[in-house]
Order: sequence, then structure tokens, then C-alpha cells
Amino acid sequence: MDMVTAIIDGCGVEVAKGTTILEAAKTVGIKIPTLCYHPDQFIKANCRVCVVEVEGVQLLQAACATAVNEGMVVKTNTSAVRDARKTILELILAHHPQDCLHCIRNQKCELQTLASEYNIRDIRFDQVDRGLALDLTSPSIHRDPNKCIKCGRCIEVCERVQTVAVYSKYDRGFDVGVAPALNLGLGDVACINCGQCVLACPVGAIYENDQHDQVWDAINDPEKHVVCQMAPAIRVALAEEFGLNSGELQMGKIVAALRQIGFDKVMHTNFTADLTIIEEGNELLQRINNGGKLPMITSCSPGWIKFCEHNFPDFLENLSTCKSPQQMFGALVKTYYAEKSGIDPAKIYSVSFMPCTAKKYECARPEMNSSGYQDVDAVLTTRELARMIRESGIDIVNIAPEEFDAPMGIYTGAAVIFGATGGVMEAALRTVYEVATGDTLNDINFTAVRGMEGIKEATVNLAGTEVKVAVAHTTGNARKLLEAIRAGEKFYHFIEVMACPGGCIGGGGQPIGTINEKRQFRIDAIYEEDLGLPMRKSHENPAITQIYEEFLKTPLGHKSHELLHTHYTKRSLYPFSKEQL
Amino acid sequence: MAYAKEQRLVLNNYDKINPTSIDEYVIRGGFRALRKALSMSSAEIIQELKISGLRGRGGAGFPTWLKWSFTAPIEVDQKYIICNADEGEPGTYKDRLIMDKDPYLLIEAMTIAGFTLGATKGYIYVRGEYPHSQKILNTAIANAKMAGMMGNNIFGSGFDFNLQVFSGAFAFVCGEETAIIESIEGKRGEPRIRPPYPGVVGLWGKPTVINNVETLANIPAIINNGGRWFANIGAIKYPGTKIMTLSGDVANKTFVEVPTDTTLYDIIYTFGGGVVGGNFQAVQVGGNSGGLLPASLLETAIDFDSMQAIGGSLGTGAVFVINDRHDLLDVVKNVAHFFTEESCGKCTPCREGCQRLYDFMNKVCEGEATAKDLQIAAGLARVMNKTALCGLGQAAPTPVQTAIKFFGKKFEERINAK
Repeated sequence: MDMVTAIIDGCGVEVAKGTTILEAAKTVGIKIPTLCYHPDQFIKANCRVCVVEVEGVQLLQAACATAVNEGMVVKTNTSAVRDARKTILELILAHHPQDCLHCIRNQKCELQTLASEYNIRDIRFDQVDRGLALDLTSPSIHRDPNKCIKCGRCIEVCERVQTVAVYSKYDRGFDVGVAPALNLGLGDVACINCGQCVLACPVGAIYENDQHDQVWDAINDPEKHVVCQMAPAIRVALAEEFGLNSGELQMGKIVAALRQIGFDKVMHTNFTADLTIIEEGNELLQRINNGGKLPMITSCSPGWIKFCEHNFPDFLENLSTCKSPQQMFGALVKTYYAEKSGIDPAKIYSVSFMPCTAKKYECARPEMNSSGYQDVDAVLTTRELARMIRESGIDIVNIAPEEFDAPMGIYTGAAVIFGATGGVMEAALRTVYEVATGDTLNDINFTAVRGMEGIKEATVNLAGTEVKVAVAHTTGNARKLLEAIRAGEKFYHFIEVMACPGGCIGGGGQPIGTINEKRQFRIDAIYEEDLGLPMRKSHENPAITQIYEEFLKTPLGHKSHELLHTHYTKRSLYPFSKEQL
Repeated sequence: MAYAKEQRLVLNNYDKINPTSIDEYVIRGGFRALRKALSMSSAEIIQELKISGLRGRGGAGFPTWLKWSFTAPIEVDQKYIICNADEGEPGTYKDRLIMDKDPYLLIEAMTIAGFTLGATKGYIYVRGEYPHSQKILNTAIANAKMAGMMGNNIFGSGFDFNLQVFSGAFAFVCGEETAIIESIEGKRGEPRIRPPYPGVVGLWGKPTVINNVETLANIPAIINNGGRWFANIGAIKYPGTKIMTLSGDVANKTFVEVPTDTTLYDIIYTFGGGVVGGNFQAVQVGGNSGGLLPASLLETAIDFDSMQAIGGSLGTGAVFVINDRHDLLDVVKNVAHFFTEESCGKCTPCREGCQRLYDFMNKVCEGEATAKDLQIAAGLARVMNKTALCGLGQAAPTPVQTAIKFFGKKFEERINAK
């Protein structure tokens, strides 16, 4: 590798050719401030807060965009540099609401952090209020365009990673803004509600539709029996909200916290993840054996479902008819659980904690009422859960752990790995293999489908049939895969798609600061949890056996069809009509 | 007498031919340079340009040979040459003169550029406000194709070259070369970060050279007469001629093409016929991005370096004369307003800074500015100079800065009046 040496603030550095000043400075412990920079994105160099002095160059250089040259002498902390950074920060702040104290991103805002680090006390420019209306059209994601600092990070993740491309810039100069085309609301365009823009936003301009107050209302209502479920990707990330490493928080502590918050029953989406595997596995075998539509594609990710409905309506029959674990859970809580515990389903308030903003949209889909009620009443993200825990004054790090409520709190390792890209595929293979062949798997770890690679492929021999599978995460990768299938270049039997990078652990409802590096930590934590569990195959879950015996009778049976399976809707891209969204 | 010093190289055919007649262009020596260039090597042509000392006429003054020398040796399936005809600086119409009156000169120059660079495809990016120029260029391109002077195997050389006129969409920033590229690619007109430079990664990711109309228009004469001939005209470090367009309070609101060692005084008084409606107060050279200069600096030669040395800029060569009947601060305020409309809004210093400078000028004009405001504005202007992403934002504060520098008394009067 070609190396170059340079001097940054008097420190000699030797870095690979092409390394930026920003990266090189980091290696010698020099922190250069950034705003538009995002470690998983292209260099934009538009905020200009990272400017530094380079000897022999008249202009200040953006450290994020300038490569270190041999012999370069860089100064990152001169009065000219500090003055420029302060001026730029003041320019942004003077055109940004000063409501930090009650902003949803208070203490999690990159602009606020810089304002603090650069000791901004007096903003020398007059405060300008843009007076733009909030965008509250989406059930998942809300926007306050007044707070936008035009860094372009949301545009990039939506366009390049997800290939959804709802955001673009409008107008020029001081009035430039970022919004969906024609300044429509996010709820009125082909947004898939994945929330990756929320994670990308350095400030409070894009955020989840926070509904935790509604959940408080339900808890406070003595008439209501409030139950909750929690997705497998929550535990590994929630730890980060409380200063721990990914996955460091014990599951039992979260259960205890939820009880203390006031939930009447604390159960786990993992139960219905196991159930999904039984239903979906049988659906796959049925499609393969009976000449059904292939490839079959997973349907757990509501962002992916909406993406498919808008962009690949010709693949709707390929989608597994299985509801997502969240919605299976919802349907069963107000039927099976209600029946079993003798509670009037009308009085049950069903809450779901998800790493996902699209789940808020999913639970409100009109067809998600097979119990006779809205199956899931409220979906809260990991961030909202953390808010409730803090607001309750719970010391989650030190609380004594407790157990989930049975039966819908019993699960296997197969359900846990649903949270990572490739997890649903692996869980399905563990079960489908044993069901189809009648043999016991020697090695249940299908490592070929694990990891952050965008598209993963594997072939598995199922009782003589070579079953080809593929796994894609991000809708951008799903698009590539489906286009290849459409063009006849690829054939698979079974595909897993998750809308978010890394799968649910990288979902749009996860803690602010979710970057690919963190996603990898969470994935590691997920597989560690799986490894430590006594049961790791969905069909070994006794609670699953029990629910079939007591209630559902048989996979893909009448009751399953009624409660656990669904259908999809063709949606247009443009022009939009309300009915189609 | 009055026009004694004018020297028309670029405007040699101005009003002497029917602009769309290829025959008349050929009779006046047209396409001789292209024939000659096709018999030369790329390196020889670049060497000739190097000897000539030709530098960019769009405002940045970058040596043309140097720009070409980065791109010419790159071996790649496709390269592009783009002509920047997005002439957006107020008071500038030099490029239009060339396109409207001698379109084949530009076509010939671009073909030479294409041959030298190994670019088989060229674009002329013409501002949307110039539909007439676009029409003339399209006619001329069609005629050149029919005459075998464009298309495949030009003059039997084996070199293929095709040109396309691309209309801008009324954005000042699209005169910035990387914004042109974005615009041609169908994107929002915003500058790109450099490096990579367009000469290496340009249009559709391919090496691309972007030259101004006037720069290119010099090239046929250099090929015909040699670089040494050209280097002897005008200022030593910025040789050749420059078209200057006069507007404002000047008797002759006209254009002149003069050697680059001509002084501003001669431009305004000898060619412009002097100031009308009052006495001289200031002159803004180079369009809205240019500085406002006082009478004491009029003996400066117009060449790039001399203008830069006094804190001004040659820019596009627009000369806007302001007499003493105008409120100079009001003029500056209007210029500042221009940039609030034309900043693309991509980078913070320009997006926010242009508006703040305009706010400041408003305060000044309304007698509400304080000494502290002046100090803040001056500091902001410096930050914009040093940190804006592209030339637009870096130069946007120049009028305010030069006004403070050369006409500081006027600010003081207004501030103290409070």
C-alpha cells in the first residue's frame, strides 16, 4: 500500500494514500468537527464545519473531502479555523429553532453537541423562523422542516441505500429545503416508512411519530388490560441507550422494567417468530411440492412489503402470505390469549415494542384486524421505550431480572436471530430441513446467510431437492435481486428480505447513532444470545406445540388462515392517489 | 483615434460575415486552423498553447494548456469537451457576441479541443436566456455536419467529433463548471467537490474539459499564427485580448476587444466615452462577483494579475460604471440581493452568508447598522471567501468587501448617522 506522511498540528502521521485529513487526524487523536459527514455515506463537504488550514493553500480545506498528500502540513486549531467554524455554526443556529430543551433530539443532536463544544454563547446573526408547517402525514415518520440543516444525509440514504428516493431539495439559497416531490407529505408519497432517514438526520428534523403518551393513557386506564410484546432486536440495542455496549443488557431486566412501567403482561414477539417459522416453513414446502409461485419471499419487514407493493407489484404473489410476527402476535393476543385468560378482547390494549418505524404503519393497515379489533393498538420504537423507562425513573442497569409471562413469552434461538439479516432464513432452514427430511441437523449454524454482505446466497439439500436461497438487506439490494430474477438471470426458491441495513437490528426505530459499525456489534450480540439458549429450533418450542394443539390445530389450517395470513395491495409510484398509499 | 487600441482577434469576423454562412466563414480563413491542428499531434497543440500563455477568459484565469494537459494523456473510452456559455454575470455579453456573430469559430475551436483531448463529444452549455444563440449554434452545427466539417472522419483525418447544444435553466450557479456537469447529467445544478477534478472525473464520470466561449475562440488564431505571436499581445502574464462589455453610467454602452495591457481608464474614457449623468464614483469590473473600484485605481491594466493585485478581479470583463448620483451602498445592497437569489444553497457559508450580507446592507441603507454589525459582516465575508464550496460563494462577498475597503467612509457616515 502506498503510504504518505504529513504533519497535523505538529504531529507526524503516516497514512495510506487517499486517506482524508479527517481520518488521518483521528489516528493521532485530533478530533475535527463534522455535521454532513456520515461514516456510511459519500463525502458531501457541504456543511463546511470541518475546515482546516493547509500550508500553502489559501482557502481553508474541508477535512472530510481532502486527501492527505505527501508532506502536507495541516493545522486544525488556529484562530482562523476556530473563527470559521464558529461563524458557520452560528449561521446554522440562527436559521434553526432554538427549542433544544423540548426537542425530541435533545442531547442526541449533532448540532447541539457542536454548539456546546464550540462554546457558542452569542449568535451574532438575527434569529430567522422559517415558519414551515410540520409534516405529520405519515403514521411512522414526522418531519419538522424548520430544523433541517440541508446536510443531504436523508436524501442519500433514501436514494442510494434504499432506492426509494422520496427526498429531494427544493428552492435555492437561504430558502433551500429538503422534502418529498411537490412538497407532499411523507404519508402521501411512496415512502416505505423504514426510518433510515431518521437515523441519518443529525438534528431533529426527521423523527418517529412518538406515541408513547397514548400508551401511558392506556396504562392509566383501569378498564384496560395492557399487554406488550417486544421484538428480538430491541434488547441488543436498548443497552446503548443506557450507556452499555450492544447486547450487554439482560433480557430479564427489560421484562422487569416493563412490569414496573405498568404493563399487565409482558410477552415476546419471539413466540410468534417461532410460529412464523412453522407457518412459513410449511408454506415453502407446500409451494415447492405443489408447484406454487417461487421464489417465496419473506414478509416480516413492513418497509420491504410497502417497497414491493410500490415498486415490484408483479412480485406480490411471491410474498409469503404469513403476517409478520408482530401482527400474528396481535391477532393471537385478542383471540387465543383473551380466550385462555378469560379477558374481554375489547378491553385488551396491545402494545408492541419494535426497532422499526414501519411497524407503526403496519399495525394501522386496514386488513390488520382479524381479531375483530385493531390487532395491535400501538407500536413504540426502541427510542420511545427508552424514553418510557427514563420517565419512569427505572434504573434498568441495576434492576432485578424477571421472567416473561407464559405462554406467549416462550421462544427459541431461531426466533432471536430474526433480528439480524439472514436470521429468518437460518431459522426457517433449521426447521424446514428437519421437517422435510425427518433427520436431525448436525450443524444448525447456517453461517453463509449471516453478516453484513448486501446479498447472500446459499444452496441447501432438502431431501434430494437442491433449494436455492438468497438473503438481501436494504431495499436497494432487494431491488437488485428482484431485477435479476425478473430478467431471468437468477433463480431461487426462497428469499429473505429485510428493509433495513443489517436487518431489524439496524432498523429505523433503533437508537440515534445507529451506524454500520454498531450494527455489526448488535449482530454479534444476537448470535451470541442464540448460542446460549437451550432451544434453538422453532419447532422445538413447547408453547408452539401447545398453541397448535389447543387453538390453531394445524399449520396453514383454517384458523391460521384466518388469523396469521394476509394479502397485499398493488400501489402506484406516481401519480399518487390516496387510495393507493 | 478613439478605437486606435482595439484589436479584434476573437471578434475578427464580427459583422463581417453572415453568421450562419459556412462559406463566408471559410472565405475569411475559417477551418484553416482545424486542418492544421489535425496534422499536428496533441502534444504539439498543447505546447503551442503553452507558448501562447492563453489563460481562461471565464474569470478564473487558469492556464488553458495546463487544464488540457491533465486530460489529454488519459486513455479511456470516452472524454468530453464542454463549452461554458452560461454567461450569467450581469453586464456580460461577450460570449453571446461570439456565438451570435461567429458560431463557426466556436465550433472550429471546440473541434480542435476535441481532437487535442481525444474527446469525440462536445457540449455547448448555453444559458437559457439565450434562445437566439442556441438557434444560431444549432443551425451552424447542422451546416458544419452537412459540409463534412463535423461528424465522422473530419477532413479525412479519421477523427470523429459531434457537438450538442445544451440549454441551461436560468441558474447563475450553472456557470460553475461542475454545476454544468451536474446540470447536463439531469441533476440539480450544484457544484461538486474537488478533487476529483472534472479533467479526470467529469461528465458521466469521464474526463471532461470545460472552457469558456471566449477562451476557446482564441485557439484557432493561436494555431494559425503560433503561440509566440499571441504571447506578444497585451500583458505578459495574461496575454492576448479581452472583450470588455460596458454598461452603467458610461457614454458608450458598448463592447471593445482590447489587448490585456489596456487600462481601466482607457476602457471607460477612451472607449466608453467617459462617465455620464454625473461624476465618476466607482466601477465594478467582472460582473456581480467583481469588486467595486475607486477612481484612484483606474490606471490599472485589465489583465488578470493586475486586477487581482488591487483587490479587484477581471472576471468576465464586464465594466459597470457608477456615477456619483447613485447611492453606492444601495448599489451594493442590490448586488448582495442578487446572491441571495443565486446561491444554490448547497454549502452553509454561501447559503446562509449571502442572506446575512444582504440583511447587513439593508440595515446599512436604512441607517440601522452599528459598528458592530460592520465588524460582523466583515468577519462573515472573510469566512465565506475561505470556506465556501465553490467560486460563487467565495466571490459573493467581494462587492461588499471592496465597498468597505475603498468606500469605507460611506459606511461610517451611515453608521454614525444613527
